[in-house]
Amino acid sequence: MIDISHVNKWYGPTFQVLKDCTTNVAKGEVVVVCGPSGSGKSTLIKCVNALEPFQEGQIILDGIKVNDPKTDLPKLRARVGMVFQHFELFPHLRIIENLCLAQEKVLGRSHDEAMAKGDKLLDRVGLKAHATKYPAELSGGQQQRVAIARALAMDPIAMLFDEPTSALDPEMISEVLDVMVDLAHEGMTMMVVTHEMGFASKVANRVIFMDKGEIVEDALKTDFFGSPRSERAQKFLSKILSH
Amino acid sequence: MFDTLDFDVIRRSLPYLFLDGMSFTLMLTGLSALGGLIFGTLIALMRLSSYRLLGRIAGLYVDFMRSLPLVLVIFWFYFLVPYIGQWLTGASRPIRVGAFTSSLVTFIMFEAAYFSEIMRAGIQSISRGQPAAASALGLTYAQSMRYIVLPQAFRNMLPVLLTQTIVLFQDTSLVYVLSIPDFLGAASKVAQRDGRLVEMYLFAAAVYFAISCFASWGVRRLQARIAIVR
Amino acid sequence: MNYNWNWHIFFEPNPTGAGTYLDMLMSGLLLTIKTALLAWVIALIFGTIVGILRSLPSKTASWIGFGYVEFFRNMPLLVQLFLWFFVLPELLPRSAGLWLKQLPNAPFWTAAIGVGLFMSARVAVQLAAGIASLPRGQKNAATALGLTTAQGYRYILLPMAFRIIMPPLTSEFLNTVKNTSVAITIGLIELTGQARAMQEFSFQVFEAFTAATAMYLAINIVVVTGMRFLERSLAIPGYITGK
Repeated sequence: MIDISHVNKWYGPTFQVLKDCTTNVAKGEVVVVCGPSGSGKSTLIKCVNALEPFQEGQIILDGIKVNDPKTDLPKLRARVGMVFQHFELFPHLRIIENLCLAQEKVLGRSHDEAMAKGDKLLDRVGLKAHATKYPAELSGGQQQRVAIARALAMDPIAMLFDEPTSALDPEMISEVLDVMVDLAHEGMTMMVVTHEMGFASKVANRVIFMDKGEIVEDALKTDFFGSPRSERAQKFLSKILSH
Repeated sequence: MFDTLDFDVIRRSLPYLFLDGMSFTLMLTGLSALGGLIFGTLIALMRLSSYRLLGRIAGLYVDFMRSLPLVLVIFWFYFLVPYIGQWLTGASRPIRVGAFTSSLVTFIMFEAAYFSEIMRAGIQSISRGQPAAASALGLTYAQSMRYIVLPQAFRNMLPVLLTQTIVLFQDTSLVYVLSIPDFLGAASKVAQRDGRLVEMYLFAAAVYFAISCFASWGVRRLQARIAIVR
Repeated sequence: MNYNWNWHIFFEPNPTGAGTYLDMLMSGLLLTIKTALLAWVIALIFGTIVGILRSLPSKTASWIGFGYVEFFRNMPLLVQLFLWFFVLPELLPRSAGLWLKQLPNAPFWTAAIGVGLFMSARVAVQLAAGIASLPRGQKNAATALGLTTAQGYRYILLPMAFRIIMPPLTSEFLNTVKNTSVAITIGLIELTGQARAMQEFSFQVFEAFTAATAMYLAINIVVVTGMRFLERSLAIPGYITGK
């Protein structure tokens, strides 16, 4: 579904953020990407839907080459859902309007159709009662659940999560993770940048460990948690799991 | 169309344009900026003082001035200054005031309102710990303002103050309404006399543009340097 | 002060034979408002376009925006009005220039367009700053949903940016009103012009200027109150602007 091969990316002439990254995510697979901050994991996931350009290599998404100038990027992006660290709900739109906007403007759905879809998804993330509120009136966890619903409203073929819980207060993390776990169990293809190793061990098929722009380890979940091969991954794991 | 133009008129009138016109403009700009800054700082201190009434009066003055078009204020002072002069000197009739003095009073009073807002923001941007530390050292209010707060406020606000001065430089062209030969007035006089409006106004525009561009480029550089120092 | 006050002057007939001096001032007030409103529409349209240009990632676009702003900001308004009024008709082909010069109400149109373009540069600066103040993630979120750049501006960035810059826009509108008085130099007899005319005919300088001053203050109060009302009605629940 997502094929990343030999991707290199530089900021400016010298600073390399991604070094020869190659991996893939199969249909229905859940892949967790972890690593210390500044390791390039967020950059990598943003390359998948071309939010970040890259200079070398290629990414193929459901058979379409992302870094091909002929690719209709808006259309491609509409097929992949993305959830951001800081939710990025549109503050001037009501919750239900946040869910409807792209359905109507990008997919061309009718207003009624979009509303029906939006209602259904809000119900699913347990926030139907808040449909007419504004984002700033919701808690962080609620906002992130809305953001997931907003992405799902586009009927995506895959979902990208960029540290979806790291801006949340601890007591709100589980409500968001629960939604993500349900999603994984339903067979959604997911690429998740996160430090939540509990989530990884529960639903991930594979874990990718990145450091300094490189994919250091790309292993099945059990192998990764059981015995990470690289020293860097061992250090990282022991740091993260010790608290 | 250009073949009927005569740009030599500019060369012929250069001495008049710059020695008379531009020197008037620059003098008016410089002195108004200085006076506006001094009065503006006083007004800002009044606004921030703990005497409510003083603050209220200063606030009213600033709001009042900022509500009026400069052209109207120029007319106001043009007619008012002779009476103020009479009142100040105790003369028996309104005294005659030169064009320069009249416009200088106008611009100082008008710009003071704008400069005071900048200085107020500058003073408020300084952490409360600074005056507190000053008074802990035994400095009086006046000393703490003079040596601690105002120098910092001035420094922080220097780019904004200079930008306002560029605006002032352009605004002095409005003394045109009193037929005073500042730079634009001088250009206009030549333009009318020789029937060379196109040439003279294009030249005047180019000169204002060049000076303002150069000055705002300087301010941007200064801003960048200050940003690095911080 | 040996000045003969005569507040009844307003109700005496003016020398044009059409009504009283007060009528004269009122017609000036009306012209000030008409000119300022048209100028403001022009300032908003051009300011929005240029403000967007300045915020685009394209180097060319932001250079065009920069050049536009510098052009209109670095010449006195008075000189700009002279350029439009005296110089432009001479530089155009003969017939077009003649048509311009014979246009009825030429001072009005010149003033509205001249002041409008002058103010558009300032609107552009405010809008670009407003857009820049939005979290970067907002643009990313719009892009990730498949919205095109134009749609992102139309539905997400501009509605938020305009809300944020409402207070500075209020002062820019008031500046527009005040700046129309500069057009007195190209023969627009607006409020300041009528006060000046009244002073010349009646010799009651201070009454004339006091009345004009009061009218400008009234405009200010009305505009500030109106904008405050508008700001409140556009405020987003829970969202604190200026944050």
